Amino acid sequence: MALLPRAKDWRPPRISPRFVHVWRRNFLVWRKLAIASLLGNLADPMMYMLGLGLGLGALLPEVNGTRYIVFLAAGTVAYSTMNSATFEALYSAFSRMQIQKTWEAIMNAPLDLDDVVLAEALWAASKSTLSGTAILVIIWALGLSHSPLTLWIIPLAFLIGLTFACMALVMNAVSPSYDFFLYYFTLIVTPMTLLCGVFFPIEQLPSALQSVSRALPLYHAIALVRPLVAGRVPATPVLHVVILFVYAAASFHIALALTRRRLLN
Amino acid sequence: MNVLLDIEGLLKSYGGNPVVRGISLSLHAGACYGLLGPNGAGKTTTLRLCLGLTEPDGGRITLAGLPVPVAAREARLRLGVVPQMDSLDPDFTVTENLIVYGRYFGLRDRDIRARVPRLLEFAGLASKAGERIQSLSGGMKRRLSLARALVNDPDIVFLDEPTTGLDPQARHLIWERLKQLVAQGKTLLLTTHFMDEAERLCDRLSVMDQGSIVASGSPRELIDQHIEPDVIEVYGDGAPAWHETMGARLADRSERVGETVFCYTRDPRPVLADLEGRRDLKVLHRPANLEDVFLKLTGRDLRD
Repeated sequence: MALLPRAKDWRPPRISPRFVHVWRRNFLVWRKLAIASLLGNLADPMMYMLGLGLGLGALLPEVNGTRYIVFLAAGTVAYSTMNSATFEALYSAFSRMQIQKTWEAIMNAPLDLDDVVLAEALWAASKSTLSGTAILVIIWALGLSHSPLTLWIIPLAFLIGLTFACMALVMNAVSPSYDFFLYYFTLIVTPMTLLCGVFFPIEQLPSALQSVSRALPLYHAIALVRPLVAGRVPATPVLHVVILFVYAAASFHIALALTRRRLLN
Repeated sequence: MNVLLDIEGLLKSYGGNPVVRGISLSLHAGACYGLLGPNGAGKTTTLRLCLGLTEPDGGRITLAGLPVPVAAREARLRLGVVPQMDSLDPDFTVTENLIVYGRYFGLRDRDIRARVPRLLEFAGLASKAGERIQSLSGGMKRRLSLARALVNDPDIVFLDEPTTGLDPQARHLIWERLKQLVAQGKTLLLTTHFMDEAERLCDRLSVMDQGSIVASGSPRELIDQHIEPDVIEVYGDGAPAWHETMGARLADRSERVGETVFCYTRDPRPVLADLEGRRDLKVLHRPANLEDVFLKLTGRDLRD
């Protein structure tokens, strides 16, 4: 089982600019499977978005002044970005760390664990940006939004992806096997998806649950994306961005300390 | 002489369990240095400490002139590592493995590509440049690991049990390549528990047991200093009885392992004379080797 980090595991990261080659390594592997990977990233959220959007949307009057499918599409951008980053930083990172010993090989070269963990976080964020953008392209193609403001969603997807990648790397650091990740989905990802307004406005929830929702990162991701899809500037964009940053930075620090404890002993 | 690795008084324990207890050693440029020891002797931990992958509890390490672990990342620019378990990238071809790994050293793609043909030639993989890793045999993978460790043209190469799990042909090929490296002036530090490997390759050896170095020297010196020059092995149903009545008395030192008796002696004549005509016993008279030294120093108990 996971060990608690020692005092020295909490030291700030020391990064070599060569970390970028770890990111490039992952990119090169992805490029070989890019088409399959993109289709895989798209299929699942697309089915939810179109199935629920058209099916459920037909039964619903407008939600918060927009068509249900538009409401849902905005949530799907954030949800899909979250999922993509989470999968990459759990399953893929775990194979590289534990099964293929890729991390070990890299740490025998002039790169440290700090470089590897940062590169993994940024890689997962990059890959999830593509997932979020792919949904955005569907939104444009279906004519669900025409606003140029939606372009802001692309850099925001990177931040959203980074946040969830860093959170997933915390789980990666303490996980004995792939099976363990199921707990993360059951206990964190799925409740967050239902609580944070992907499928319905959080105002439908009891007020206690609404407070929980407002503390979760997916809520802030959606609070940024949904107004942009509707062609409006979010009400408090800086607040949401800062909260996502804080989640990302804190998770990264915890993930790094736990991974140092796991691998550098 | 140029010292590439200098270790002094190295200490490391896990949960109060000492694994490395005060190891000191110096590696001079152009030497092949062997760390010999049974499983669990602390060889791999010593390598990990030298790589800066774990912090020592005490002692001092200087690698390529830089203090470890503080400047380990920079020190590893001058280092190559062949790990015990292959850690090649299964998603890449042979050539891609070398290119991607070379980038970690900050090398430019152009420079790495220029080196790849020579590295593949050296590893006997010239015809496999575009193959996927899954299609390589165990020996090929190990040779590719060796080529990968040389991608940055290192001054010093660490090899953690480089031939464990390989068949004899593959081992001999690796040995031959390692000798070439030493001839080219590379410095090697290898861990092994194969005596023939240590005897063939290493200029200098340290025998480790339970976290300490129990003896150091060239293979010849170790044999001369630590063990009687002649060994007589006696097998057969009657061997244990013969040992009790005669063997133990006639040899300088002897021990019984199952049905085999090992007699170590400076003068083999009395033992051989007594065994003359004993048709029920099989006798093997041979010079002492490193394995005899190793077993004397580290005992015959199983280590797991």
